[in-house]
Amino acid sequence: MSSVNLEVLLQTLISGVLLGGLYALIALGMTIIMGVMKIINLAHGELMMVGMYIAFVLFSWLHIDPYLSVFIAAPALFVLGVGLQKFLINPVMKVDAILPENQVILTVGIGMVLANLATIIFQSDYRQTPVSYATKAWYLTDLWKGAPLELSLSFPWSVSFTIAVLITACLWFFLAKTDTGKSIRATAQDLDAALLMGVNVERMRVITFGLGSALVGAAGCLFIPIYYIYPDIGGQFTLISFVITILGGLGSTVGAILGGLILGLFESLTATYIGMGWAPVGRFMIFVAVLIFIPGGVASLLRSRKFGK
Amino acid sequence: MSLLEVKKVSRFFGGITAVKDVSFEITKGEILGLIGPNGAGKTTVFNVVNGFYPPSRGEVFFKGERISGLKPHQICQRGLARTFQVVKPLQRMSVLDNVVASAFLRAKDRKEADTIAADVLNFTALYDDRNVISKGLPLGKRKRLEIARALATQPDLLLLDESFAGLNPSELDESIQIIRNIKKRGITIMIIEHHMKVIMSISDRIVVLNYGEKIAEGSPLEIGKNPLVVEAYLGEAQSA
Amino acid sequence: MKRYITYIVLGLLALLPLLGLNSYLMHILILVIMWSVIGMAWNLLSGYCGQVSFGHAAFFGVGAYTAGMLYSKLGISGWWGFPASVFVVAVFALGIGYICLRLRGPYFALATLSMGVIFRIVAENLVGVTGGDLGIMIRERTWIDKTWYFYIILIVAAATYYLVRKVIESKLGYYFVAIREDQDAAESLGINTTKYKTIALILSAVITGFAGVFYTNYMGYIDPKVVFALHDISIITIMVVMVGGVATYWGPVVGAIIMVLLAEAIRSIPKLGTAHHTLFGVLLIVIIIFLPNGIVGDFSKLKRLFGMRRPAP
Repeated sequence: MSSVNLEVLLQTLISGVLLGGLYALIALGMTIIMGVMKIINLAHGELMMVGMYIAFVLFSWLHIDPYLSVFIAAPALFVLGVGLQKFLINPVMKVDAILPENQVILTVGIGMVLANLATIIFQSDYRQTPVSYATKAWYLTDLWKGAPLELSLSFPWSVSFTIAVLITACLWFFLAKTDTGKSIRATAQDLDAALLMGVNVERMRVITFGLGSALVGAAGCLFIPIYYIYPDIGGQFTLISFVITILGGLGSTVGAILGGLILGLFESLTATYIGMGWAPVGRFMIFVAVLIFIPGGVASLLRSRKFGK
Repeated sequence: MSLLEVKKVSRFFGGITAVKDVSFEITKGEILGLIGPNGAGKTTVFNVVNGFYPPSRGEVFFKGERISGLKPHQICQRGLARTFQVVKPLQRMSVLDNVVASAFLRAKDRKEADTIAADVLNFTALYDDRNVISKGLPLGKRKRLEIARALATQPDLLLLDESFAGLNPSELDESIQIIRNIKKRGITIMIIEHHMKVIMSISDRIVVLNYGEKIAEGSPLEIGKNPLVVEAYLGEAQSA
Repeated sequence: MKRYITYIVLGLLALLPLLGLNSYLMHILILVIMWSVIGMAWNLLSGYCGQVSFGHAAFFGVGAYTAGMLYSKLGISGWWGFPASVFVVAVFALGIGYICLRLRGPYFALATLSMGVIFRIVAENLVGVTGGDLGIMIRERTWIDKTWYFYIILIVAAATYYLVRKVIESKLGYYFVAIREDQDAAESLGINTTKYKTIALILSAVITGFAGVFYTNYMGYIDPKVVFALHDISIITIMVVMVGGVATYWGPVVGAIIMVLLAEAIRSIPKLGTAHHTLFGVLLIVIIIFLPNGIVGDFSKLKRLFGMRRPAP
């Protein structure tokens, strides 16, 4: 392999990991909602879009850095998520309907409304936040003069990735160590048992939906410095997070992280070696392959090794 | 010849052993009771026999043919039907439609399915409720609907999972009579039951499970005197 | 009387073109009937068999492209798409079923949604086969007048209605509903759930494909963004049935009337163009919360609602 080829490969892998870290954060939000509520939130990507527009507005009006707006967008999305769950989704969960998928269809409706409100407010133009550091990057040859290869690390991508890892760590701490976190996990694992233990399941559902929304809202802010936005951007991220949750194993948080990384790497590789337009196809090929060959996702592989099935 | 043979069946879930090396046989025409304390693995045995789970180890034979590994619907087509402990009626269908749906397994056309269904509903004393949407049935009748539905597939072996739980005394008598009548029709029965009086009175033979293993097998009389069985149940009574 | 209502409706519809309706009204009628067909097809799989599909655009698009490619590649009339699509769509449906039907409930729904998107992306990228984003244009339209298109889609709709009724009243229908109500129970009652779900999927897909074939011939132009559209095909299909009535014979028809008229009404409001999905979204939310079984399914509820509003005597 010539050094140019190696450079391209390494560069592709780096951007794959960076993208994967962000994907993982988006998918985590969907995963915990799926685990606790047993529903798929098809408005997930639209919630991310709302987060992105919050960051966009804060930047263009008040010149607040998108990374700082995480602290505004995440709580705002939490409130939005709580409201959606309390006033729309929860009532539907109690209604008797022929199709239990009503809740999923409801989230489609929510997503449509969000995306179109954004269209009304912001028009369907592509927009960007021209942050000063958008093109800043570190180069390997700057740090190591005699480096045989030239690799670069984009500044905004690295910062976004680092914050995503930090948020993931906080989430892990919350779920593992706090009482509320433990109750959420109990509800996800066994609803009846959680009810018997006196867990306020209804409250956990509301909190979880808020939390999932906040996570994806934060992810939206992290995407803003490196991506452009338009009102219909949500749909593709809903699909990405669904593909990751299938890839990782439904409802498994570890699986979502691994799934995010795998998908990020895979997409980056397809984009480099096959062509940009095919990256989404690669995404779905993984999805189909997982459905056929490892129906339980990556998490099931980990589990079966542990117990020596 | 035995109708059903369960040979050294084990079933693991992750690291947990739900059933371990269980073997027993059912002879044509008898009623076999399957008892044991909570969590002894009775329903798991049913799920393995009926095909919901393949056994992790061991084999199941029905009418001399190996059925372990087959899907539930294939096993049902071979003449083995079951009921569920937690009743699973087809909620938005009427009682009649519930039974018609399962009668189609053997019926050539709608007319024949209707005939089978009407017969089964009469037999289980549900005919008067045939137009009730099954969601609205009281529990006792829903349990009987489970039996009716299983019977409509015209099985040779019927697995009944706690068909008496939660019934009031008059429903209980009615259900016992129905089970006896099923036996008279030449259908072999395996039954899981918590109600000791019922199981002792209707079973020809009893298999006892505890912690996933078979601890005893014999006539009701023998089982009643078996110290291991008494201990298993006493243990449950104390911990409860 | 009730027994003949189908024939009466059909007869009245068949006489409609004699009134000399203008081209726009005929267009609306044709759209309503076409959406009824798609709705009835979706209802078979999702309403009766309980396998909610979010990806019916895949079947619509494959049908449309079958017709379009017969014209663009083989140079024969797009109408040959009707017989050809039966085979083509069924093969695609088998493939999709093999992959997606192993998932249950909402996971199946999302898997089909992904399939619809995959089909669109593939159609956009396989430029050599589909013509990519440029789409396919049928230059020689069969008829200028809309009357014949109307009769063709009416015949498709009548046949679909008849087929759905026959299927639902037969063993197949009982099995479909049993699978919807409780898959484990159905399986243990001897129903090969995978097989019957696949049958429902193929029936539903082929009928939807027919609508696609008709669309190509009627509109004369298709491209991947239009016929594989997530919102404008897959989601509208769901809405047609949800609004009209899940698992009812007439629900898809009622839903199609409402949705097509609504879409036209919204389009006629100036400056709302880009935002018309907002109203659709709100309608969907309202229907799910208040009439979860649709207008036909919850008709008694509706009557009660309006009965209560009457001032007390």
